[in-house]
Amino acid sequence: MTVALLVGFATATLAPGIHLVARRWTGAVLAVVPAALFVYFMSLLGPVTAGATLSEQHAWSPRLMLQLSLRVDGLSLLFVLLITGIGALVTLYAGRYLEGHPHLGRFFLFFFTFMASMLGLVLSDNLLALFIFWELTSLSSYLLIGFDHTRETSRAAALQGLLVTVGGGQALLLGFLLLGAATGTFEISQLSGLSAREHPLYPGMLLLVLAGAFTKSAQFPFHFWLPGAMAAPTPVSAYLHSATMVKAGVYLLARLSPVLGGTALWGTSLSLVGAITMLLGALLALGERDLKRVLAYATVCVLGTLTFLLGMGTPAALHAAGVFLLAHALYKGALFLSAGSIDHATGTRDLSLLGGLRRAMPVTATAVGLSALSMAGLTPAFGFIAKELVYEAALQEGPATWLATVASALTFMPLVAVAAMLALQPFLGPSRELPHAPHEAPAGMWLGPLVLSALGLVLGAQPALVGGLLARASPGLEPSELAPLKLWHGLTPALGLSVLSLAGGVGLFLLRDRIRAFLARLRLGRWGPERAYTWGLGAMLQVAGFQTRLLQSGYLRRYLLVTILTIGGLTAYALVARSGVRLRLELSDVEVHEAVLGGLMVLAALAAANSRSRLASVAAMGVVGFGVALVFLFFGAPDLALTQSIVEALTVVVFLLALFNLPHYQELSSRSTRARDLLISLAFGAVMTGLVLMVTQNQLYPPISDYFLENSVPAAHGRNVVNVILVDFRALDTLGEITVLAISALGVAALLKLGHGREAGR
Amino acid sequence: MTSLIFNAVVRALQPLLLLFSVLLLLSGHHEPGGGFTGGLVAASAFALHAAANDPASARRALHIPLTKLIGVGLLCGIASGLVGTVTGKTFLTSVWLKVGAGGLGSLELGTPLLFDLGVYLVVLGVTLTFILSLAEK
Repeated sequence: MTVALLVGFATATLAPGIHLVARRWTGAVLAVVPAALFVYFMSLLGPVTAGATLSEQHAWSPRLMLQLSLRVDGLSLLFVLLITGIGALVTLYAGRYLEGHPHLGRFFLFFFTFMASMLGLVLSDNLLALFIFWELTSLSSYLLIGFDHTRETSRAAALQGLLVTVGGGQALLLGFLLLGAATGTFEISQLSGLSAREHPLYPGMLLLVLAGAFTKSAQFPFHFWLPGAMAAPTPVSAYLHSATMVKAGVYLLARLSPVLGGTALWGTSLSLVGAITMLLGALLALGERDLKRVLAYATVCVLGTLTFLLGMGTPAALHAAGVFLLAHALYKGALFLSAGSIDHATGTRDLSLLGGLRRAMPVTATAVGLSALSMAGLTPAFGFIAKELVYEAALQEGPATWLATVASALTFMPLVAVAAMLALQPFLGPSRELPHAPHEAPAGMWLGPLVLSALGLVLGAQPALVGGLLARASPGLEPSELAPLKLWHGLTPALGLSVLSLAGGVGLFLLRDRIRAFLARLRLGRWGPERAYTWGLGAMLQVAGFQTRLLQSGYLRRYLLVTILTIGGLTAYALVARSGVRLRLELSDVEVHEAVLGGLMVLAALAAANSRSRLASVAAMGVVGFGVALVFLFFGAPDLALTQSIVEALTVVVFLLALFNLPHYQELSSRSTRARDLLISLAFGAVMTGLVLMVTQNQLYPPISDYFLENSVPAAHGRNVVNVILVDFRALDTLGEITVLAISALGVAALLKLGHGREAGR
Repeated sequence: MTSLIFNAVVRALQPLLLLFSVLLLLSGHHEPGGGFTGGLVAASAFALHAAANDPASARRALHIPLTKLIGVGLLCGIASGLVGTVTGKTFLTSVWLKVGAGGLGSLELGTPLLFDLGVYLVVLGVTLTFILSLAEK
């Protein structure tokens, strides 16, 4: 398993190189990798169906309780097979779809990073590792959505997806940390639902985790980023929607349902959000004309249904969720890829422009037709089985049966209508005038849709092929509780509902133009959550601009003021609030020469502040500096004294150089600002004095200087302890410091050169 | 500010300061000094040169471009750390070598000296970059 993960990431890094060699065969070559992974994971199907789980553990950062623990059970195997299987087909497709694109290698770099992150996400048994992969999928999908980075809309959509999913990711991390704190472990397989649900922090951790899952899976009110993500190249959309990214939230909910589920809060929030999402998605799908956006909203609808089913939490509902997820992945993958082919061949994705493509694109038409069967839930497609299970689960649910039933019926009707729109409108009717003369997609592009849609049919006829796996796909569910999947259930109420939704769907399809006109008049975008997002983004930028102007004013004195106030204030707060120790001021052991030196330094500081001549100020500051050097000398630090005096001497040199370039002394501060500065500096001085007194009087830890004194000569062959610390005991620190120095020197040189250039340019 | 007296003093002072800086570098392990102070003293020698003549002449007197100096210094620091890894210890573990110097007793050479030399070069290069960039403005 670890090897599989590493292979995924390695393929990502090698992809640009492979593209240079394989050129137009890149897609076909790279598709071998996910295909091989698919075959490998298929070999685990037998044991997992029989109830086995396989796990591997690698220490990552044990002190943070971060383990790379990978685990395969029914749920993760279902996802892994989808990710690698559909991944292989999409890779093949993308190689053709983006053929000749100058950045195809880069595309596959992002794509395989995404695929490997997704694999890591569903295989991780450790919550922290899962979170890392979770964020990696957000980042790589950002790169994929914004792949066409010269287009403003692509970049905006990518940023939107990133902000929404990463914002949710932060909530998710907090939720995970609370969960780990409550249960004492981050290993999902060791989490006990009891201790988590009864913990006082349970509502908090649940809501945080839900925020993460809902943003990722585009649940209401976060559904708006998903259609925006359509800016991505079509293969990416197909992959995001069918197999991966957006299902990650559903995966997480399913994965954690034994731990966090089963409470009223879980049930209510999931059912409510899921129901709103599925109805809204269905409605919005009907209102669109762009093929990809129709499909995107249909995905939102299905994601809502899955969340709704997980919220119900009955065995029948959990099972239905697994089956529906697989059915949706198959038909949505095929439909998206076909939409890409149509776009590729005709130059448009507008449903109202398309028509009569059945002769020009027979294979694509077949694939879309078969997938639409599944989407509409018509027998004998796999989607029919899934829909029947959803209805059965809804009918079984106790107190809110009617609600669940009505909601799911209301969802499937629009889905039927959408399926009819997709399957009929582009292909039937007379041939239309299109931007390009339509032609059938190349084999690499129709293979994927055809395989996926045919699978939908095969599994409908032979559901036993996946029945075992799907029965294992809900954690905490025993396969013996479930009836085996089959196409014909007899004359059940569920079948009645199917007929009803079919009839309703046909009705909606016939009324589609009126519905679209009605929805267009509502103009949902004007007051929807997307509006809130736009407003929030604008507000954030304004705050950023405001505080940048406030803090980064370009005036050195303002920077100093802010720095001193911050450090002084925080230190003072810590001293007052945290220290229970009283300060003693012992003046009895002060020697005469020390007192004289101190007085001299105070006088020099006053003179520096009071002087009207720059040169005099510099000289006075020099007195303070050399005074500090003398203090070092008096208290037994000759090394520091030496360094301090050399630095002082150099400072004078630098001042000399700078003085010549400065304008004449000007009155820059009024009397009140000077009074303010005086107060601030006095307060800061008092805080620092208090800090020094505290530090010298209260020994919190045994000093480490004894260790250095004892080991300096035997271990480091040096009698100058300061230098030995610098070059031996703490050499890594010093190495870091000189590196920082070097970088800052380059920066200074570059900045001053830039200044020169500007002046020369004027 | 070309002053004859200043010029003459600096001409006499510069070699002394450079000598002093090397002394600081070498004796730093046992006595006050070390790469940092040594580098600063050397930098002040060249800064005085720049003040007495002009920055370009100081750069010429140095013979090596400052960025190169900084780079070499960093490499010295890293190299001294790598010596330890060759002998199988962790990065930056010091290695010492005792060299007999005839009748004069013995001489101890260690990677910390190389490391200190790196610090010396970086500090010299960085300080001079600051000062000369300012002076050239």
